[in-house]
Amino acid sequence: MIYADNAATTKMSTAAIDKMVSLMREQYGNPSSLYRLGQSAKEVLEEAREKVAGIIGAEPREITFTSGGSEADNQAIITAAKIGEAKGKKHIISSAFEHHAVLHTLKKLEKEGFEITLLDVHEDGLVRPEEVEQAIREDTALVTIMFANNEIGTIQPIREIGAICRKKQVLFHTDAVQAIGHLPINVVEDNIDMLSASSHKFHGPKGVGFLYAKKGIRLVNLIEGGAQERGKRAGTENVPGIAAMAVALEEAVANLDNYTKNVQAKRDRLIEKISEIPHSALNGDREHRLPSNVNFCFEGIEGESLLLLLDEKGIQASSGSACTSGSLDPSHVLLAIGRVHDVAHGSLRLSISEETTDEDVETIIKSVKEVVEYLRGFSPIWRDLVSGKKAFIL
Amino acid sequence: MALYSEKVMDHFLHPRNVGVIEDADGVGEVGNAKCGDIMKMYLKIDNDVITDVKFETFGCGSAIASSSMATEMIKGKPVSEARELTNKAVAEALDGLPDYKMHCSVLAEEAIKSALEDYEKKK
Repeated sequence: MIYADNAATTKMSTAAIDKMVSLMREQYGNPSSLYRLGQSAKEVLEEAREKVAGIIGAEPREITFTSGGSEADNQAIITAAKIGEAKGKKHIISSAFEHHAVLHTLKKLEKEGFEITLLDVHEDGLVRPEEVEQAIREDTALVTIMFANNEIGTIQPIREIGAICRKKQVLFHTDAVQAIGHLPINVVEDNIDMLSASSHKFHGPKGVGFLYAKKGIRLVNLIEGGAQERGKRAGTENVPGIAAMAVALEEAVANLDNYTKNVQAKRDRLIEKISEIPHSALNGDREHRLPSNVNFCFEGIEGESLLLLLDEKGIQASSGSACTSGSLDPSHVLLAIGRVHDVAHGSLRLSISEETTDEDVETIIKSVKEVVEYLRGFSPIWRDLVSGKKAFIL
Repeated sequence: MALYSEKVMDHFLHPRNVGVIEDADGVGEVGNAKCGDIMKMYLKIDNDVITDVKFETFGCGSAIASSSMATEMIKGKPVSEARELTNKAVAEALDGLPDYKMHCSVLAEEAIKSALEDYEKKK
């Protein structure tokens, strides 16, 4: 089996599993309890907070543990919206290809009277800092731009955007779910006011994440009912999950240089060889891209059948085709970078990890080439393209 | 649990009657690339009996499987019978499709109807 869908989720690291299991066995106390068993669980929790905070250059009290990236995104945006609203600011700037955890929250706010500006991400999948600056108004409450895109892996100019937001005194949130543990991040140097993260994207457990919110930002609760997380997120803390997340993040960041070198070389080989397929195109900028991400469109074929056939060959990947989402429209990310529907349906995302071997890379290349050719062999669209009845787009 | 039934996977992985009939008596194409599904059916008809059928499909696994199954269901059958083929029958023959994939079986039914119409026109 070749797992090439690490942007969907990752395999847990052994150290994280060990940490989680031992805590589940031994530290089952409730951190809110006053007896020793509870207080030692509290210690575990606070150690994890310090660790996570230290890694991103934050203070422990600026970290709120959540159920994952989506919750963190929701809480960050709702918080900024409420802070803005209190000052009469009801304008939010984001981009067209954010994760739905961001876009759907913005939709909800739009119904409540907020005005949303979604910036163009251009053909290369990159937000332009100067366009952020131009979009900021007197009544802008928040700028929220993802650190790296989950489908096409493009890395946004976060530090520059952050600097503009600082200058204009607008809150800046970034959904760093795909970036943290994969890229160096420091909230101070990168001018970030709020940041969302999800543990299972960096080999930690699922159902855990965190929100960094700079000191002075009073979070608005999404979940009421207790004093946990300084009263900002009720519910007994997932101590084993949180501690395992901290271990996984620590490991990922300690190994970041090796990871980048190793994985990026494999990514580049995949991109180089898959590009040889005629009438295909890489989605997203070639340079400003996650070390693990490869995303292509192939003309004349549809993504779901591509995925199923790759699965038959033991390769797990992902696609932005409509058929994989259960809707009629292909991925909003691919549409946002200007891919037309016809082509966007034929997309393939490979997201590799350090476990991907050189041999795996060659198997993927060979398999993708075979499957694309096979599907084109009985595609009526491909026939029309080849015979000249229709013009190639790619 | 797999996404599709074994039957769907069988027809998807080993599609029957794939290809083109150059001198077809009826050709039908339905669907559009924008929605991600196009099916094209080619019929060879002799004495109002479908003697051969081929298909080409651009689409997901269930679209390919539906095309394949539909061609099997009408091959060797009189035109009158092929005209009665419903999407439900195709889906049932595949041991069911997920709800949001039922439109694939509809496309198969429509592709055959469209090819038969073409045949009637040419006759």
